[in-house]
Amino acid sequence: MSAALTERRDPSSPSARASSRKLTERVSRIRESGIIAVLIVFVAVTASIQPRFIDQANIQFVLSNTTVYALLALGETMVVVSRNVDLSVGSVLGLSAYVSTNLFGHSPGIPVPVVFLAGLGIGLSCGIANGLMVAIGRVPSLVVTLATLYIIRGIDILIVGGNEVVAQTLPASFIAIPRANVLGVPYLAIVIAAVIGAGAYYLRSYRSGRELYAIGSNPEAARLAGIPVGKRVFTAFTVSGGIAGLAGVLWAAQYQTIDSTAGTGYELTVISAVVVGGVAIFGGSGSAVGAAIGALLLATISSALNVLGISPFWDLAIAGFLLLVAISLDRLISVKLMAALRQRSSGVGT
Amino acid sequence: MEPDQNTRNAEGTAPGGTPPGSTGAQAAASPRRAIGFRAALQPAIRWETGLALVAVAIVVFGGLTSSQFLTSGNFFNLGVSSGEIAIMALPMTLIVISGEIDLSVAATLGMSSATLGFLWSKHWPMLAIFVILAALGVVAGLINGLLVTRVGLPSLAVTIGTLGLYRGIAQIILGANTISNFPATYTTIGVNPVPHTNIPYSVAIFIVLAVIFGVVLHATATGRSIYAMGASPEAALFAGIRVKRIKTMLFVVSGLVCSMAGALWTFRLSTAVWNNAIGLELSVVAIVLLAGVSIFGGKGSIVGVVLAVIVFAGLQNALLLTNFNQEATGIVTGALLLVSVFVPNAPALLDRARRLAIRRQPASGSAIGAAND
Repeated sequence: MSAALTERRDPSSPSARASSRKLTERVSRIRESGIIAVLIVFVAVTASIQPRFIDQANIQFVLSNTTVYALLALGETMVVVSRNVDLSVGSVLGLSAYVSTNLFGHSPGIPVPVVFLAGLGIGLSCGIANGLMVAIGRVPSLVVTLATLYIIRGIDILIVGGNEVVAQTLPASFIAIPRANVLGVPYLAIVIAAVIGAGAYYLRSYRSGRELYAIGSNPEAARLAGIPVGKRVFTAFTVSGGIAGLAGVLWAAQYQTIDSTAGTGYELTVISAVVVGGVAIFGGSGSAVGAAIGALLLATISSALNVLGISPFWDLAIAGFLLLVAISLDRLISVKLMAALRQRSSGVGT
Repeated sequence: MEPDQNTRNAEGTAPGGTPPGSTGAQAAASPRRAIGFRAALQPAIRWETGLALVAVAIVVFGGLTSSQFLTSGNFFNLGVSSGEIAIMALPMTLIVISGEIDLSVAATLGMSSATLGFLWSKHWPMLAIFVILAALGVVAGLINGLLVTRVGLPSLAVTIGTLGLYRGIAQIILGANTISNFPATYTTIGVNPVPHTNIPYSVAIFIVLAVIFGVVLHATATGRSIYAMGASPEAALFAGIRVKRIKTMLFVVSGLVCSMAGALWTFRLSTAVWNNAIGLELSVVAIVLLAGVSIFGGKGSIVGVVLAVIVFAGLQNALLLTNFNQEATGIVTGALLLVSVFVPNAPALLDRARRLAIRRQPASGSAIGAAND
């Protein structure tokens, strides 16, 4: 929404331009600063009640719980920004987690990077399938990815059968990946933060990244403006699939027991994180950093409940409630902003 | 969500459409020679006709592969195991036709089931519990409806939120407990047929509700309004249709019906746990889309939904009897979903492929780029 507004500057009057830009800038900052403020207040309040919340072990725990979701949120952000949705991420994660780590059992001594490549390849193939159907088949992504959610999970179940990959078959160097840390911060969290930073920079500053926002704001206008809509949407789905594939391998390293239920229901959590992080569900606005902070906030809340001795049974309800509050607030802000802008532009006109 | 089809229509190249009916007139109006395949195909295929053929094919397939398929006992089981999904698909149909979606249906079912179990364990009388469940369903639907219509939020995001909220409330209510000491008077509802028939209670309820929803949707002004607001919300508003009020009502009805499905589910399994029917919302959406209801709103029919329920349940059941890994039947559901969006689009797709091939000859470009000029 705010992206659309930014384009509504009146070029004829520099003062109106400056003031409206200031306004939009302020609000665009609110988009992420809002959730950061929530996060800080939340952490401060919890820590003041229970100092154990901000000790090193717990911070590590929260960060490593966030990594998989934050990574998935990056891919989902690219898709959602273009006014699409990818519901298949949980199934892709599950398929990749099993098939890639099963290689350890089949061919002992296989190098860890090869396993990551296998996961990436599985994810990319799923993403390409989604992307082709949405971009070339021109059918709604909600339906396509709902179908592939089922199909990929079904394939996973057929491959897994009643088996599971257990920790004993995984090499120590693989299991160590999520546990390695630098000065108390998980190494993996730093790498993923860098990846998300790069992704956010690409979306914000590269032409093809900006074009995803344009497509999400107004697909028809984007097409008329010469943006290769199909190609960009295809790329977004491919990236989202590839990321889900990688996330599957990381998930496996973290949880170490992989059966056919790995990643079930993740799609909704990831979309929640993305939307809580300020990405508009109908595209055109939001950032990958916001989405990652959304994922961090959800993980923080769940950990805070745990530390405060509140039953983890409250997790889900609070996450759902928070999502509703986040989208309602976002809506209220954008309505207020719209009204303010209209008043300004009419004031300048007379 | 996905705008491509609409923009394509505006160019007048193809009725790149959404499932059922309504394309016949367009096909007849366009020159016949240019669209041989399409013209031959389209008037013959109403979506519902295709579904009916698929349903027959499944019955034949089931009968051939298993001697148990065509037995009354099996049909009873088939009905029992898909009654609640079928019931929840009815209000979902109306909501999708009105241009919205409700992903909180299974969570509402779970919340209702958990409440039923909790109150029963506290020795409440069953009738009082039913009143509470009805109220709970109405409130759940009202929250969805008000957030969508009065706050103006997209229903996809709202109902993902309430999906978490309602399922979370179920979890708070019951925690890790399982309540299963329900009286036989009620649990027999799940396993015995309606007296003097071979129809399970949930299927009987589905049939009654399907008639009611069918009449409302296809034979009342409210029903026409639902189609109108799905086809064009603004036009509906300017035509004096109370879009917000009707949409809110639809969500309330959905909440109420799902809450009732929660009681049925609990009695059928004689078990109340917080994760009853978790994830079932996607199956419900799959049935509705398979029925030929357009995800963009404005199109679909109750007949289609009834047929889609038969196809969905019949297929799961036939696969179950053929020793196909039961949990993997999702592959077939997913494939059916893809078929349900690609088949109605096939003429438009072929058209585009042909134009692409023609343009390809003089100048070559990347397939994806060229397809989206």
